[in-house]
Amino acid sequence: MVENQVQDSHIIQLDKKEKKLALYTEDIHVYYGQNEAIKGVSLAFEKNKITSLIGPSGCGKSTYLRSLNRMNDEIANTKITGKIFYRDIDINAPEIDVYEMRKNIGMVFQRPNPFSKSIYENIAFPLKRHGLKDKAKLDEIVETSLKQAALWDQVKDDLHKSALALSGGQQQRLCIARAIAMEPDILLLDEPASALDPISTSKVEETLINLKEKYTIIIVTHNMQQAARISDYTAFFYMGNVIEYDQTRKIFTRPKIQQTEDYVSGHFG
Amino acid sequence: MQSSIEERLTKKSKKAKLETFGKSLSFICIAFIVLVVISILYFVASKGIATFTQNGVSIGSFLGGTDWNPSGKGADGQPLVGALPMITGSFLVTFLSAIVATPFAIGAAVFMTEISPKMGKKILQPVIELLVGIPSVVYGFIGLTVVVPAVRNVFGGSGFGILAGTFVLFVMILPTVTSMTIDALNTVPRHYREASLALGATRWQTVYKVVLRSAIPGILTAVVFGMARAFGEALAVQMVIGNAALMPGNLVSPASTLTSILTMGMGNTVMGSLQNNVLWSLALILLVMSLVFNIMTRLIGKKGAMK
Amino acid sequence: MNAKKADKIATGTLYAIAGVIVLILFSLLAFILVRGVPHISWNFLTNRSQTFKTGGGIGPQLFNSFYLLILTMLFSVPISLGAGIYLSEYAKKNWVTDLVRTAIEVLSSLPSIVVGLFGFLIFVIQMGWGFSIISGALALTLFNLPLLTRTVEDSLRAIPATQREAGLALGLSRWETVTKIVVPAALPGILTGVILAAGRVFGEAAALIYTAGQSAPALNFADWNPMHIASPLNPFRPAETLAVHIWKINGEGIMPDAAAVSAGASAVLIITVLLFNLLARYLGRVIYKKSTSA
Repeated sequence: MVENQVQDSHIIQLDKKEKKLALYTEDIHVYYGQNEAIKGVSLAFEKNKITSLIGPSGCGKSTYLRSLNRMNDEIANTKITGKIFYRDIDINAPEIDVYEMRKNIGMVFQRPNPFSKSIYENIAFPLKRHGLKDKAKLDEIVETSLKQAALWDQVKDDLHKSALALSGGQQQRLCIARAIAMEPDILLLDEPASALDPISTSKVEETLINLKEKYTIIIVTHNMQQAARISDYTAFFYMGNVIEYDQTRKIFTRPKIQQTEDYVSGHFG
Repeated sequence: MQSSIEERLTKKSKKAKLETFGKSLSFICIAFIVLVVISILYFVASKGIATFTQNGVSIGSFLGGTDWNPSGKGADGQPLVGALPMITGSFLVTFLSAIVATPFAIGAAVFMTEISPKMGKKILQPVIELLVGIPSVVYGFIGLTVVVPAVRNVFGGSGFGILAGTFVLFVMILPTVTSMTIDALNTVPRHYREASLALGATRWQTVYKVVLRSAIPGILTAVVFGMARAFGEALAVQMVIGNAALMPGNLVSPASTLTSILTMGMGNTVMGSLQNNVLWSLALILLVMSLVFNIMTRLIGKKGAMK
Repeated sequence: MNAKKADKIATGTLYAIAGVIVLILFSLLAFILVRGVPHISWNFLTNRSQTFKTGGGIGPQLFNSFYLLILTMLFSVPISLGAGIYLSEYAKKNWVTDLVRTAIEVLSSLPSIVVGLFGFLIFVIQMGWGFSIISGALALTLFNLPLLTRTVEDSLRAIPATQREAGLALGLSRWETVTKIVVPAALPGILTGVILAAGRVFGEAAALIYTAGQSAPALNFADWNPMHIASPLNPFRPAETLAVHIWKINGEGIMPDAAAVSAGASAVLIITVLLFNLLARYLGRVIYKKSTSA
């Protein structure tokens, strides 16, 4: 644990021994050039739960999320220090094969980003690239993942149409389907509903709640109602630090830190 | 068959190997291009300076001499390799064609960006693109069959010479200069124009005093680009200039450029001979000038950016 | 009052300038087509050229132009694809990359005659390939690389970064993401650039006169073994192209119908380049429509 010198913080400790954890980080720092975007974050994420990361823009919540499957590695001049444990292996170590790791820790982004391929290929293509050749098996995975993402009924007759012809909400659910088709353990979502209308948003939220039976979900959101609605745990980020991490209902009803209360009650941010 | 998760996470996967392969492959491609550039510079330079290092010709008599007859010797026993006629010819056609083309290019660009963007986009834009696409030998052929006789009829003489070369190059560089000037005018912020018009200036005053003035660096870059193209153009000029290695006395007598003498001569000389080496020295001048034009556009760009 | 008058005069002048430019293009095209098209016939397109008599065709030259074009594209497209990928996907922002970009810019601004002479020195003399298709194709490749590389890089950069993120987050390597997702998405732009480059290569002559040569030996169009000397496919035979032919007969042509042959050949050259151009525009438009409707 790193101590915050400037701010009070309250971070619940989840038991690392009980094998109930999907992922935990120790003292993560992220630097963009000279700028320290994350200043030592240690959090643990419980299996089959939804954890929300909230906080004002620029607080580092997305940066932290993107370091969990090392997507920040792809940005020039970025340095990440600290440890990220997944199945007792530090996946932030240089010898880790990021491609294998990302198969286990999937990600969905802020803007829907389907490939300019057919709906079917959007899901099947990455699987094929990972060596799955069996046509029947591919068909099956496409169907089940589309069903899990609550999209199957709308697209089952148009599987070979371009994914770009779908609505924004459908595209985002396709991206979720594409991510879960890889059968990851953990799903990271970076403000997945911020570009969507309210109806699409509620569909995506429903999808996520259904998915937590099988996956551990960590979601960044700027929408506090959303965090309150869907997540089991919530972490409040501010200026690169975690100020408070607790069960969601506690964060939204009896926060222990004044700043958290100010934020969740809408007094700043 | 399934290895442990630890093993899979720490072993270098097929994907990692593929990534190394792909990155190396694309690096080799870019390295190849850089290698080509370096070897062009090296080989042309080393052949070009042989005139001075092996054949003992002084740089002064090469750049300043006006007698060009590499197989003959002058009264002082030195070979006659004065390149000044070609250097003069090249610079003359370059400057003259740029001087003629610039107002046309600016006019067309202003027309397209300020006066009638609709007509400009529908008619002028495709016309300019098609003009770029016409091969230089076709320009040369038209120059030979239309421009040269026209010059002959109006000004007398053979019709071959600097003037005919200027006409041909004017048409050839016009599209390049125009489209780059259009880009330059397009980068002038909209609110400059609005501010000027709101102050009661007419459209022309706005164009002349505001738009063109703030686009000067971009327009200069366009003109230098056009000049670089004119300076390096070989066949079209060679076909209409007359190819006489004489100091141009007027605009309508046969003259020559670096490229024209190079094109005519390279096939008729023996590698390694003085006659051949001086041609490579001409090529070296072309190469150096192309670098100079390149540096000029960079300097203009920097100055423009500082303002 | 005065300012208004100036404004009117200026506007009139600008209309006139625009008109003159349009007029120049149309008279150029009209001249070439009116002079040249009547001369085009099946015989003209397929017959051998004549040195002393009338009635020569441009058959071998036309074939040579296309053969050279195909070989050039075969060499230059993969290299510029690789180079463009490197610049848009892998190159870091540092002085080495700046230097590489400068080198490419230098190459693109070199006069084509200088590139041709370099090809003459290296391929014709040093490698001993003589005036040949292969020397010409390699010289044209060098001439073609910078422009094509820039086209590839620009087209790749136009594809949003989110597409790359999507691939990477699925555990694909950057190389796979680029070659299987980004390049296909950028294909329309790349294709347009390639076609425009093809037009440029097809009309190029200065880089060829000392590499592919200025003579077109008789070809036996029944013999397609690339090893045979008279085979059209033999890459080691000299090959005058259409553009070089036009230049050559205007300089030293002694056939009586040189002017007519040049006009016909110029018309063929222009029509081909125009077709390339139209194809590129058409493709560009189709793609624009597709990308905006989706």
